[in-house]
Amino acid sequence: MSMPSDAVSPPRPLSHGRAMAERSTEATDVAPASDVADVADGGAGSAAQEAGGLQVRGLSKVLGGRTIIDNLDLSVREGELVSLLGPSGCGKTTTLRMIAGFLAPDTGTIAVAGQDVAHLGAEKRPSAMVFQNYALWPHMTVFKNVAFPLKLRKLPKVDIARRVDAVLELVNLLHHRDSRPGRISGGEQQRVALARALVQEPDLLLLDEPLSNLDAKLRVKVREDIREIQQRLGITTLIVTHDQDEALSISDRIAVMNAGRIEQYSTPGELYARPRTEFVATFIGSLNRIEGSYRDGVLGSGSDVVGIRPEDVAFSATALPGYRPATVERIVPRGHFSEVYLRRDDALLRSYLGGVAPAPGDRGYARISKAMIFRNGLLVSGTEATADQ
Amino acid sequence: MAVSTTIAATDSAARLGRSRPVVSANRTSAIVGKVLVGLFVAFMLLFILGPLLWLGIRAFAGSWTYPNLGPDSWTLHWWQTVFSDHALAVAVQNSLFFAPLTVLISAVVCLPAAYAFARYDFFARKTFLIGLFATNAFPKMGLFATIASLFYTLNLINTIPGILIIHVLGTLVFMTWIPAAAFAAVPRSLEEAARDAGASKFRVFFSVTLPMAMPGILVAVVMSFLASFDEAQGTYLVGAPVFYTMPTEMYTLVLNYPKQVAAVFSILLSIPSVALMLLARKHIMGGQLAEGFQIR
Repeated sequence: MSMPSDAVSPPRPLSHGRAMAERSTEATDVAPASDVADVADGGAGSAAQEAGGLQVRGLSKVLGGRTIIDNLDLSVREGELVSLLGPSGCGKTTTLRMIAGFLAPDTGTIAVAGQDVAHLGAEKRPSAMVFQNYALWPHMTVFKNVAFPLKLRKLPKVDIARRVDAVLELVNLLHHRDSRPGRISGGEQQRVALARALVQEPDLLLLDEPLSNLDAKLRVKVREDIREIQQRLGITTLIVTHDQDEALSISDRIAVMNAGRIEQYSTPGELYARPRTEFVATFIGSLNRIEGSYRDGVLGSGSDVVGIRPEDVAFSATALPGYRPATVERIVPRGHFSEVYLRRDDALLRSYLGGVAPAPGDRGYARISKAMIFRNGLLVSGTEATADQ
Repeated sequence: MAVSTTIAATDSAARLGRSRPVVSANRTSAIVGKVLVGLFVAFMLLFILGPLLWLGIRAFAGSWTYPNLGPDSWTLHWWQTVFSDHALAVAVQNSLFFAPLTVLISAVVCLPAAYAFARYDFFARKTFLIGLFATNAFPKMGLFATIASLFYTLNLINTIPGILIIHVLGTLVFMTWIPAAAFAAVPRSLEEAARDAGASKFRVFFSVTLPMAMPGILVAVVMSFLASFDEAQGTYLVGAPVFYTMPTEMYTLVLNYPKQVAAVFSILLSIPSVALMLLARKHIMGGQLAEGFQIR
């Protein structure tokens, strides 16, 4: 299903019925559940999946003498939701804009659903994008905004109305059909933008920081809505985000970007449990980062970087085997749990404790159950003293 | 509105007996503020509405001698004089021919330029943009005298194209600067969204950019229309004695008839301008531009 063929083929109703029947079964075959860690990761998808989804090969872009994207490979399977996650300035938005067709790559190929699109303009690509600021047209009603892509395809009016109404119902906005975008809330605007992309039945859905303009509570709801709709339609989706929570909670796989390259491309569980580089370990989740060495639950001097997840630091009021004396230095309440700073003779450790938190000054015992060791930024050893894992 | 607020304030002051000192202090400052605003408004009215009022009375005055506040007698004679003058009908016709045509030509010439100024960075862009002020920067008469000698060589004197060129020149700044700002204010992501939806570059311009810049363009249209409608010096130099528009005709009337005729004519001259402004007001004040997308 590409856009040109869409223009000539007889109109059909919005695809979510069809997609639910055909595509989503396909998707569950191909896409792994988000917390399964043993999927082959890495940039290249297997040959069998070359046809569908998105295939990016050797993408490079130099802007103003600076290499923004450096020989980037990315493969998204059909029906999969992948996040491009990275700090600002890492090139994730540039990558997305090249995939969408707003920026020409210096080198590389981009294939969507088996079709090479690198030489096509944005208007000819079978991808649809949801913009960070939604980019709704203020002079058109919600209905007209969503109908615009179909109008361009010269579909009969009746079919346009049917498809637009169906997609507005999908995003739960039928009651705002005739409102102007300026008169509805930010979350609703976001859904209109999503509807405008979905109505095109794209082979690839691109979302540029879709939640960054929403308040924290709405963000959680909308990201779940996006995931739910994506799963229902089985639509191949690429999301750009700098928010690790967002990426971890909705993605099948996450590509962590840094300085124009993909540092690691894995499932959320794998990324968190086995980060391949120090950058990934610090960027995803929280980390006690200590320069030195690590042996049998004790930190010593050395030139490596030891990374310890706060949840791998246990605290006990009484002495237990493997625990070393520690003093509570500071407590930061975080709602469901407390962030506790524990001073041991070898280091200051941050720990997440549930239940009743100790008070600053309390004495007790702390134990490191797991640590990751990085040398020159790369993980060399990841699991030690995992007795209670 | 203001009156009702005052009443409400007095009401609450009466009810809250104990806090009266505070309230009255507030009230004093409110009254001082209102008096100042009132004085300012009166001052403005004196200079804006005063002459118009004088004009309005004058147009119906028979004779009006010095110490009297009002005219000595009222008459419709001057209106008859003006309407029975054949030259007037021709002048009105000419004005209504030249002004819309000027706006149209100006729009066709300037709007693409305005878009280019807003969206592309080309050689000497700033120079061109500032250069547009040239026609308005120098004394008009000097400019027109030079243009006239040029027009004599090109056989453009006393021709319609000659007058149109003079009029369009006067509208260039409006038709370029204001729409350029309006085009520049259209967020690029809105255009990209249309491209992404499958629209060609032309379609993007006509479906998104142009409608969104329309309030600014309408302002430019109104200002250009008025500039063309009021343009007298250049039209006189290039058009007279073959073409008289309303402003140039007024020169003749002022010189040849009593003052009352000029008053009548001024009122007639302002009708199209006022009508146009009322029409455009709704669209310009719509505030569409700020709605519907988050300005970042």
